[in-house]
Amino acid sequence: MNDVILSLENVRTQFGKNIIHDGVNLELRRGEILGVIGGSGSGKSVLLRTILGLNRHTAGSIKIFGKEYHTLTVEEKHSVEQRWGVLFQDGALYSSLTVLENVDVALREYTKISDQTRREIALLKIFMAGLPIESSTLMPSELSGGMRKRASLARALAMDPEILLLDEPTAGLDPITAGAFDDLLKTLQHALGFTVFLVTHDLDTLNTICDRVAVLAEKRIYATGTVEELSKNPYPWIQDYFNGPRGRSANSAKCGEK
Amino acid sequence: MTTQQSPSFEVLSSPEETTISLSGTWTTLHLDSVERPFLNSMLNAAHSIVLNLTNVTKLDTNGAWIIEQYKRQAKTKGKSCSVTGAEEKDKILLTTVEKRTEEKTKEKRDPFIISLFYDTGRCFIDQLKISINIVGFLGEVVTTLVRSIFNPKRFRLTALFYHLEHVGIRGIPIIALLSFLIGMVLAYMGAQQLQKFGAQVFVIQLVQISVLRELGILLTAIVIAGRSGSAFTAQIGAMISNEEIYAMKTSGLNPVDTLVIPRVLALLIMLPILGFIADIMGLLGGALMVWQTLDISLHGFVVRLHQTLNIWDFYVGMVKAPFFAIIIATIGCFQGLQVTGSAESVGRLTTTSVIESIFAVIVIDAGFAIFFATIGI
Repeated sequence: MNDVILSLENVRTQFGKNIIHDGVNLELRRGEILGVIGGSGSGKSVLLRTILGLNRHTAGSIKIFGKEYHTLTVEEKHSVEQRWGVLFQDGALYSSLTVLENVDVALREYTKISDQTRREIALLKIFMAGLPIESSTLMPSELSGGMRKRASLARALAMDPEILLLDEPTAGLDPITAGAFDDLLKTLQHALGFTVFLVTHDLDTLNTICDRVAVLAEKRIYATGTVEELSKNPYPWIQDYFNGPRGRSANSAKCGEK
Repeated sequence: MTTQQSPSFEVLSSPEETTISLSGTWTTLHLDSVERPFLNSMLNAAHSIVLNLTNVTKLDTNGAWIIEQYKRQAKTKGKSCSVTGAEEKDKILLTTVEKRTEEKTKEKRDPFIISLFYDTGRCFIDQLKISINIVGFLGEVVTTLVRSIFNPKRFRLTALFYHLEHVGIRGIPIIALLSFLIGMVLAYMGAQQLQKFGAQVFVIQLVQISVLRELGILLTAIVIAGRSGSAFTAQIGAMISNEEIYAMKTSGLNPVDTLVIPRVLALLIMLPILGFIADIMGLLGGALMVWQTLDISLHGFVVRLHQTLNIWDFYVGMVKAPFFAIIIATIGCFQGLQVTGSAESVGRLTTTSVIESIFAVIVIDAGFAIFFATIGI
């Protein structure tokens, strides 16, 4: 079994003359949770979208499950799409479908499971994402920001993907819900062994669930390592990030737990 | 990847106990072949059931849920059911899905006839409310408009010119082309029919009256309703879903002042001008077709026009323009302000806006036709 699920080699992304990334190198191994951090505007979301094939990179190669996504045929792309789950920053729920239907979309499209069971599975995912079962009949416009995020997570989990790509999943959630989200992710990751690519700003998430953290700076992955390793990195931005007031308090809370 | 072995199960039955051995990959994409027979196998099982998971190579939450469902259904039938042989990580999955609660409420449906009456009534009440609101909004627009005439400092000149350009100048080509073609078609069809009575020369009057009185301005209004009325709804609707309107309100800007008035005024100024252009182009199209089919020269057309033209034909057309302008702009902006958050409602209300304004334009036009016929113009 190939252990590298996602690999980026010398990836460059640019819009016109504006170079966003140049020489991004990153490897994601099966079963690990990788947090990606970077300053606002450093192109974290762009990197995620590039991996998903929504923008084309201008140089380098991105391999997901060992294949270059954009060279695949339509059928091969579908088979990749069944194996990843994506959570976008604002949820990106289909606004004309109910929560249940949103979760059900992929199941309906890709499997032949009976209607009754599919509905049951969708309800299970809604429950697992921490939403009350009764909310399944609501429209996305009737949900609060946090609920929308969880509905979107339920949709990402619908097919039990091998890799989850999450764009700031805990942003805008209260600390308790965010903590529950982290626990859920960790539990599921432990049971299912999926891989997580997590763009985040949440220091608690980085401390509690990420195996490795990659820092996006100067248009590339400037450093990777555990939180402890990175906090010793002399690069000023990383120092400010982990050893600034917020970083310290999140870290000390973690040490206190131990 | 390892080869995927499709999921299957084997039933070993004895009077006291049924053992079901599951094997293969119980994952989402492979469940369809097995879910029904597996769940149904419970019906014939003995009182005590053991699910043996030793041979399951791969399990995901969806597979685990099927097993959990089996257990629950067994319980409701009063049978005992236990799971053995699960690997450590599969156990975590099973306990994760176990926590799922049952739905408290099932959707309840009213009988068809009741929901029919209910829907009809609600639809009627909704439409009534919308009509009342539109009239209210129209009143607000007109008062704000009058107030801003006396207080010209509150006028948004930049916004007005922006909309003058987008509503008016950029609309000229399409309106000119359409009315030119309509003029031609009218002359051509008229000539064909009137030739039968040897009354070809009346084609000119036909074109002149229909273009000037009705078609020029009506066509302009309908194109503008589709082109600009929809744009108004979409622009304002997008601003609402982006919470821009709330930002405006909290900083003391009145959306009617800043958004609606420039648009209404732009249409009020531009619709008569576009209507005039449509009139001229319609006549030109008619003249060219008359020249082509009846061999009446352009000069002849103009001379004949002078003899027969009643200037009131032109006025009757033009006087409708401001009414059309106000109703199109009002409905467009009103529907835009009805947007509630979602992208879907922007699309729906844009459609509503176009349909309602075209409907209103035609109703007003019919009203004017009756009015002018009564007073004898």
